[in-house]
Amino acid sequence: MSSNEKGFDRREFLKSTAAVAGATAVGTLAPLGAAMAQAGKIKVGLMLPYTGTYAALGVAITNGFKLAVEERGGKLGGREIEYIVVDDESNPAKAPENANKLVQRDKVDVVIGTVHSGVAMGMAKVIRETGTLWINPNAGADEVTGPLCAPNIFRTSFSNWQTTHALGKVLKAKGHKNAVFITWKYAAGEQMMQGFKEGFEKEGGKLIKELYTPFPQVEFQALLTEIASIKPDAVVSFFAGGGAAKFLKDYAAAGLKGKIPLYGSGFLTDGVLEAVGDAAEGVETTLHYADSLNTKKDNAFRLAYAKTYKLQPDVYAVQGYDAGQLLAAGLDAVKGNISNKAGMIKAMESAKIDSPRGAWTLSKAHNPVQDMYLRKVVGKQNLVQGVAWKALADPAKGCKA
Amino acid sequence: MDFAFFLIQLLNGLQYGLLLFLVASGLTLIFGIMGIINLAHGSFYMLGAYLAWSLAGLTGSLVAAILVAVPLTVVFGMALEWLLIRRLYERDHLFQVLLTYGLILVFEEMRSILWGDDVHGVPVPALLNASIPLTENLSYPVYRLFISAVCLLLALGLYLLIQKTRLGMMIRAGASNRDMVQSLGINIKFIYTLVFAIGVALAAFAGMINAPLSSVFPNMGGQVLIICFVVVVIGGIGSVKGAMVASLMIGLADTFGQVLLPEVAGMIVYLLMAIVLVWRPAGLFGRA
Repeated sequence: MSSNEKGFDRREFLKSTAAVAGATAVGTLAPLGAAMAQAGKIKVGLMLPYTGTYAALGVAITNGFKLAVEERGGKLGGREIEYIVVDDESNPAKAPENANKLVQRDKVDVVIGTVHSGVAMGMAKVIRETGTLWINPNAGADEVTGPLCAPNIFRTSFSNWQTTHALGKVLKAKGHKNAVFITWKYAAGEQMMQGFKEGFEKEGGKLIKELYTPFPQVEFQALLTEIASIKPDAVVSFFAGGGAAKFLKDYAAAGLKGKIPLYGSGFLTDGVLEAVGDAAEGVETTLHYADSLNTKKDNAFRLAYAKTYKLQPDVYAVQGYDAGQLLAAGLDAVKGNISNKAGMIKAMESAKIDSPRGAWTLSKAHNPVQDMYLRKVVGKQNLVQGVAWKALADPAKGCKA
Repeated sequence: MDFAFFLIQLLNGLQYGLLLFLVASGLTLIFGIMGIINLAHGSFYMLGAYLAWSLAGLTGSLVAAILVAVPLTVVFGMALEWLLIRRLYERDHLFQVLLTYGLILVFEEMRSILWGDDVHGVPVPALLNASIPLTENLSYPVYRLFISAVCLLLALGLYLLIQKTRLGMMIRAGASNRDMVQSLGINIKFIYTLVFAIGVALAAFAGMINAPLSSVFPNMGGQVLIICFVVVVIGGIGSVKGAMVASLMIGLADTFGQVLLPEVAGMIVYLLMAIVLVWRPAGLFGRA
């Protein structure tokens, strides 16, 4: 759900400049942590955004991860955990340097990170060279568990492809024969478009047109007019954050809502419903989590999270929590002996994670094989309508490991 | 694209252009006329949007929020000029860039501390919350048309202020020769404070009035900053008329670019700027 555009996009540059602010402040934590390092502790490097647009996501993931550790008495595999924190600022240009800091200087045992796909791609290079254990709790770039897959690379979130693939079935079941896909022109948007296209065409549907607006522009009027003139059976979309809020409002204000049904990747309606109001009502999306799963595990997790952090958990908190659970599965199996990396990887590969989102396992490329829920916006909540696709696995295109 | 949709896209382009002018108008004053490179322009825009959101929440009305917030931003702009900006008139542009870039970081962090990192929405005022049907499945929000009208009024007001009033004459004179104006007995320091404050207030006002359309979210200022500089540069530094023409050109180029040449839509605006600058290095209405 993040950019990994390589070109020099001035707007994106400017957007990210604001993230620089707190970087130095958090950066100083790292040497401090290193100085306190003691033998016997497992060193966990948290490389996440704590400033800038994705700061809230970084915090949610950290909270979730720490909750999983706390539930196990603060120990995994019998050993205490020491955290070494790096603010990656969602800045791809600094990703190799930041990852190197954790791996080479602080010699962490495992790296947890990150949110931004571009940063994840930069991390992947370092991680593949050093063979350090890496659990990715968000960044959905298909490549991470595709061409870049490796035995030491794990993901507890989703691939971009997964978040829209199940919509093909959903649209078919609703009787829509054709659709238009609208998103930002960048890697995540294009991968989600591809995931939907494959799913929809398999069901005999036709993707009439792919509409792109430059990232992170939020002026949609021209493309909404295009949609009105094409008159598709349905519109499928991916935007996130402020862009998602604006798109949902503009779609309604243009009078398209109620005439052409709107679907999307779950990120379209996550975290923006307060801002959007009625404009999002009835929009249906697919994602690996929802607001009203009402399972025993989810209820317990939500209660514990709310008690500990005085915050409501979201999908990112769940992904962080599962990163903690996955690491626990590995460390428990080798009784905390992290030098037995092969044993750990084997245990993690075969782990069945009892997640708040529902149980999931890992694919051969180490991406979650998970249920995708169909959710519908009802009164500012993403209410679950059912499972759109049971145990959906990413095709892991290009993974040779 | 049939003719009706061509006309609608034309409307979209003009409307977007006017919106750009609204957002860039403050920069036209500060950068275009005072010659201060103000990278924090986007932050003032964001400040306006967040003020509108928080005050509209308190007072229950966007109009009331704007009436309260605009004077606040004028005072804020004056204080900023008095404390920081005025120390840099005599210095190299690089110092202005450093200072105003630093301000971006400060404002962004303050925003995070004061208002948090969530996305917020501001409701469209009830009176303007309607749509005009254009085709069987497309309608046009009245609020967008309202903003266009506000932009036109603002453009006219700015033009009259700078070209036709005594204050405008002093501003223009100060821009071309500060020392001479000073020695003629005009308090140029105060005029600069005032112009900077008006520029800040215009940026903030744009953020406020645009808040119901754009929503309110972190880093929203960064998105508008570059396009504002493009508007001022294409139009020619120091020209309100140029900024207006440039805004409309960009609005149309961007709209039709997205529809007709989607593969290069992200580049079209910059391509346009490059062509204009090769043809007229000082911009459309700039004095070489």
